[in-house]
Amino acid sequence: MTALLQVKNLTISFKSDPPVVDDVSFTVNAGKTLALVGESGSGKTLCCRAILQLLPKAANVKSQGVFLNCNDAGALNLSELPRKQMRDIRGNQISMIFQEPMQSLSPLHRIGNQVSEILTLHKNISNRDAKAQVLEQFERVGFHNPERVFRAYPFELSGGMRQRAMIAMATVAKPDLLIADEPTTALDVTTQAQVLGLIKELQKETGMSVIFVTHDLGVVANMADSVVVLHRGSVMEAGQVEYVIGAPAHKYTQKLFAAAPVIPAATEIEPPVPQDDLILEMKSVSKTYHVRAGSFWSPSIDIKAARDINLSVARGKTLAVVGESGSGKTTCARMVLGAEKPDEGGKISFCGEKGGVALDVNDLQSDQCTLFRQQLQPIFQDPYSSFNPRMRVVDALTEPLDINNIGNRSQRRDRAVEVLEWVGLDSRILYRYPHAFSGGQRQRLSIARALAMNPVFLVCDEPTSALDVSVQNQILCLFEDLQKRMGLSYLFISHDLAVVSRIADEVAVMHHGQVVEQAPPCTLFHNPRHPYTQALLAAQPEPDINRPINLEVVAKGAGSPDSWPEMFRSIETKSPPLTEIEPGHRVRCHA
Amino acid sequence: MAILRYATLRFITMLLTLLVVSVLIFIIINLPPGDYLSNQLTELRATGQEAGIAKAEFMYHEYAMDRPLWEQYTIWMGFTPGPQGYSGMLQGDFGWSFEFDRPVSEIVGEALWLTVLVNVAAVLFVYLVALPLGVLAAAKAKTWVDYTSSFVGYLGLATPNFLLALMLFYYGHRYFDLPIGGLMAPELEGEPMSLEKVKSILVHLIVPTFVIGTAGAAGMMQRLRANLLDELGKPYVETARAKGLPPAKRLWKYPLRMAFNPFVADIGNLLPSLISGSVLVSVVLGLQTIGPALLTALKTQDQFLAGFILLFVALLTLVGTMISDVLLMLLDPRIRYGGRD
Repeated sequence: MTALLQVKNLTISFKSDPPVVDDVSFTVNAGKTLALVGESGSGKTLCCRAILQLLPKAANVKSQGVFLNCNDAGALNLSELPRKQMRDIRGNQISMIFQEPMQSLSPLHRIGNQVSEILTLHKNISNRDAKAQVLEQFERVGFHNPERVFRAYPFELSGGMRQRAMIAMATVAKPDLLIADEPTTALDVTTQAQVLGLIKELQKETGMSVIFVTHDLGVVANMADSVVVLHRGSVMEAGQVEYVIGAPAHKYTQKLFAAAPVIPAATEIEPPVPQDDLILEMKSVSKTYHVRAGSFWSPSIDIKAARDINLSVARGKTLAVVGESGSGKTTCARMVLGAEKPDEGGKISFCGEKGGVALDVNDLQSDQCTLFRQQLQPIFQDPYSSFNPRMRVVDALTEPLDINNIGNRSQRRDRAVEVLEWVGLDSRILYRYPHAFSGGQRQRLSIARALAMNPVFLVCDEPTSALDVSVQNQILCLFEDLQKRMGLSYLFISHDLAVVSRIADEVAVMHHGQVVEQAPPCTLFHNPRHPYTQALLAAQPEPDINRPINLEVVAKGAGSPDSWPEMFRSIETKSPPLTEIEPGHRVRCHA
Repeated sequence: MAILRYATLRFITMLLTLLVVSVLIFIIINLPPGDYLSNQLTELRATGQEAGIAKAEFMYHEYAMDRPLWEQYTIWMGFTPGPQGYSGMLQGDFGWSFEFDRPVSEIVGEALWLTVLVNVAAVLFVYLVALPLGVLAAAKAKTWVDYTSSFVGYLGLATPNFLLALMLFYYGHRYFDLPIGGLMAPELEGEPMSLEKVKSILVHLIVPTFVIGTAGAAGMMQRLRANLLDELGKPYVETARAKGLPPAKRLWKYPLRMAFNPFVADIGNLLPSLISGSVLVSVVLGLQTIGPALLTALKTQDQFLAGFILLFVALLTLVGTMISDVLLMLLDPRIRYGGRD
């Protein structure tokens, strides 16, 4: 087996700080995939940039060489290459895909222009030939109408389509090595499965090598031939995927495995959650947004973000809502919070105390409203932007008390110390500013802030999506612990079935604003009926090389509803009813 | 096609805005008690000059000053005919300046075009200076190039215009033999346009353009630098690097295009500040723009002259914003196709 790229003893540091990448070596074999695995801050992205010499000027790079094996010229040491020659290699022999397809393409240039630029830059061919090749590549990455994509601007495409365009851009020049830096992290799980499949397919066709950077062991198991596990800039474990994934030897790798949420292999159905004491009930709730049309005289468009939602949360239990972006799950959460009013005819009632009077969320008297807002608290996805950077921890935590005129100054402070303790943080941090904390700590802070008001219900909108697996694991434990201790009820929004399987008592799968299947988690995993649920389950990458993603199931369920079996399809515009097929298990299908 | 439609729509809104502005201008001019003619009548009566009184009363009637305010407005705008053949702005009759005792059109005639000329020159100067300096400062951020251009920029912002004007006149005359004051050689004033006159105007334009434009250019440069620095850190610039684009092309094709939006959008804001700023400069430099005339007209409540000039300035501003809106639409597909999906 021939080595295509060899990185020898790479060390990167900034200023005089200890190195962020410390003596890392790895080899990428021709036609094979190497996975760089690690959590945020492990230095995996820096390693990739170092290969392409894309590090910021302040970075201090030392190595015994980064050797690229070129067939005609022998091995080339990239770390000593003059800038101009390096530019010839970038995009031509080594190309890169980035994490954020939304921001990695220029919003002002047509996709075709940005992609064909690579060819005109490196291959010395006419614009016309370049366009022909680009169109061909577009077709290969799965665009049905390449000509239209060629003329489209990035904002006209969805996230998955943009990432396809990025992949087309990175592969159109037929590079020897493709570096993919978390290319699927920002994508929905079904889209992720398709993109992973696409990269594999392109690799098979062209025989290129791939460096795949990820934090997801499931993705590694699906993609890699060999694995390098990084932690704080050092290699923890490296080797063939069978060994690293199959029998991890290093403690850190084992820890990663233990933290990775897995969909349990369910063998039997679960009894339904008793519905006698409900804290929240949504009855035929819909939400339609009127979108003003672009031009003056065309009519506005109605977008049905949620259609006829009937969901309820039993006291002390967790209802999880699962779906892709745009499925309406966040709209649901916002309506529950009272931040958005449902369409006429829908009703959301909330009953804060056992046996108390149920409040109509959309018709609250002002004193009811105060109570409602205290009993129900939100937790958001992005812990980085949900804090005011200019407010100290103590101010952020006491602000809700302050607004509601609860207690005096010192009582509020005591309360802040108390809630910090609940979420496992020390009271010494009270006078620090949010920037001093990591993502996980910030998410703990936002939970603490929500708890300050002594709520009975938390609406969590993807609370762990922005976190590393091990941190995600801790936060999930915290949620479970709080529920046990305080009897909290959760509405838990997520796109990750594995996370949901752990925390939920009941799961509702949403697709295009509708609940398509609803059941307790074990029942759902044991007996998924709806093609979309099956696609979601199939698309979940498992950290097990013997259980690769079944792309056929994914494509069938996640594609257009027209590809579903007849019993799940809408008749004209009327979708099938939600039918109970076994106790507590409802599926949207014709009986 | 979409652009043409947008431009038409934008033009219609511009006309409507102009109409509203004209009402506002008219109200504001008439806000202070009294007007030029009644002030003059009182004064003439006090001194007993019968002939003057008759003339002033005739004017008072001719320009419909004895009518209610809203009628005065419609007559001034030319929506309804005035008494004795005064036809109003829309018909091209801008009214009479009582202070200068000449028709408004005669007073502003050439000054109007010189004003446009001076300000367009200043705008061009602002953009021609700010673009390269701002880009250079951002591309070489935190180096001596950046610090020097920032320093020069701040100097430009902080120096009072009239002081700069005096200094430039002195040194410009001493070392480069530049003319002092005015917009053309005195002997050419009132002459028909000729090659010599054009040449004279261009030479005279150098110092005023510099004086009026410096502050704007300095501000614009700083804004462009800040915007461009923001853009340079964006992932799509990284993508361009990973493609292997050479540095210069990478800069102008991607981040500069993005940083250009606020730069272009500023045209509309730039014009009014330049024009109001240039009023004082025109007085100090003795430029034959409408600035000095506006100042006098406002002081003496010479309503037709003031009204016309203010309306003209408003028109320039509106045209400026319209140009920048249409340019933005050409530049940015997100604006062009906004709401298409």
